[in-house]
Amino acid sequence: MIGFLAFVVFPIVYSLAISMFQYTGLQSAQFLGLDNYGRMLADPLTWTSLGNTLYYSAWAVPVGLVVALLLALAMNRQVREVVVYRTALYIPSLAPIFALSFIFIVLVNPGTGIANQLITLFGGQERDLLAEPTTAKLVIVAMAQLGAGNAALIFLAGLNNIPQTLYEAARIDGASPIQQFGRITLPLLTPAIVFNLITGVSGGLQVFTQAYIMTRGGPNNGTLFYMLYLYRNAFSYADLGYASALAIGLFIVGLALAVILYGVSRRFTNYEVAA
Amino acid sequence: MSAGEARARLIWDRIAVRIFLIVMSLVFLLPLYWMLITSVKSNEELGITPSTIWPQQWHWENYTAAFDAFPFATFFGNSLIITVLSVLGSVLSCLIAAYGFACIEWRGREKVFYLVLATLFIPFPIAIIPSFDLFAWLGWINTFLPLIVPNFLGSAFFIFLLRQFLLQIPKDHLDAARVDGASEWQILWRIVLPMSLPAVAAVAIFTAIGSWNDFIGPLLYLQDESRQTLAIGIQAFRTSHDIQFNQLMAASLMILLPLVILFFAAQRYFIRGITLGSFK
Repeated sequence: MIGFLAFVVFPIVYSLAISMFQYTGLQSAQFLGLDNYGRMLADPLTWTSLGNTLYYSAWAVPVGLVVALLLALAMNRQVREVVVYRTALYIPSLAPIFALSFIFIVLVNPGTGIANQLITLFGGQERDLLAEPTTAKLVIVAMAQLGAGNAALIFLAGLNNIPQTLYEAARIDGASPIQQFGRITLPLLTPAIVFNLITGVSGGLQVFTQAYIMTRGGPNNGTLFYMLYLYRNAFSYADLGYASALAIGLFIVGLALAVILYGVSRRFTNYEVAA
Repeated sequence: MSAGEARARLIWDRIAVRIFLIVMSLVFLLPLYWMLITSVKSNEELGITPSTIWPQQWHWENYTAAFDAFPFATFFGNSLIITVLSVLGSVLSCLIAAYGFACIEWRGREKVFYLVLATLFIPFPIAIIPSFDLFAWLGWINTFLPLIVPNFLGSAFFIFLLRQFLLQIPKDHLDAARVDGASEWQILWRIVLPMSLPAVAAVAIFTAIGSWNDFIGPLLYLQDESRQTLAIGIQAFRTSHDIQFNQLMAASLMILLPLVILFFAAQRYFIRGITLGSFK
């Protein structure tokens, strides 16, 4: 309960309060009312960083779901050495993001990186992927897929909860594998999909470390993610009031997304068998 | 479909699935492989285009150089202290809270539980500035306390996870102990804890990974050189223009190694912890 008050109620109330001030943490605060919010809405970097973050999430989350689902479906096929694959696929999830960020700098390096060797192998042009706003974001999206191990295990647990008798009945009725997947697997997996979707989106909105290390928000603000912009305002520019307004802004966006996703997914969710 | 056809299909299916899993495993392990070979290359070999996929010579001295490049042992110790105390705090507080939500009847229990669950949806950014001010006001900046103490106050996700597990313990067990005059504390330690070890282990492991790999926390709260953790210390290899990638990767692998060992030692708990109570 103390934890709840200290780390939930307090931050929200406090953030709301200081977002109304010109506050640096050092001098005494000056009341501004809603000025910080007005400034936030007029600030092009707010929209750039929000756009980057949504762009990142819009790629990383769906791709992540598909990759994790494919991995889970494959691991569910009862191959004998599944433990080996599970280990190989999970270990990257253990690696700290800061370390993966550094190795990705090496992998996509224009001169020596393996990514460019692959691109030229398939007839593409050698390029510095981190030097272009769009490709830099996509590199970070690709890196996020290494964390698919967690989501894959949750899908795997969901798959295990589906009664085999349903498939047997479907096969007797002559359903094709694709029909079985569409009519049985996918509907009964919706609780796991919703779980992975919500945690994926909430994580996606908070993407920070990769850009902080790999690109410092560049090139041309192409990877200036919302969290990075918030961090800069708070700790580089010591503009805590404005940063708090940004935090509240992100909270509202996140909440809205969660409500929408939850509302949409509830229509398709089937808790009956899986629960 | 004849029996022979079905069998052929099954074999094909198994082969296709295996090929897919092997390819994906290789893709997933590639960054780790690259870390390993980068960590043993010489500076000259790092500059070769295209880069070598097998080291010409194994320069293990990169590891000792990495060890000496920043106070590795001190930072390792700092990371270890923070991680161990965080795990302790997380397990204690979440177990007690989960016990309260699962095993003791009290008015308003469900409502309070849903309040706790609601905190899952509050993004971390909103807490950054208030927590920073709170810790500054407490005089905790540049100490380990901001990285440890919050763990003693419980986390919604772990409380949720443990509660799901504790709900499976038969009520009769607990009531019998109560009739025998055991206090709630005794029940918790003597009966509930031993029965819920797998879930407790999962919480411990997840907290350990989170603490060990935490980058933002130390970045915000630790400034003093002697108090840094490995996550921050590793930035020492990044001078203004140049990154010493071989030493950086050697250090990264040394940081990753304890977690990999932990994973192999506790694989069962990992899998159960992830799959348990993840959606209900």
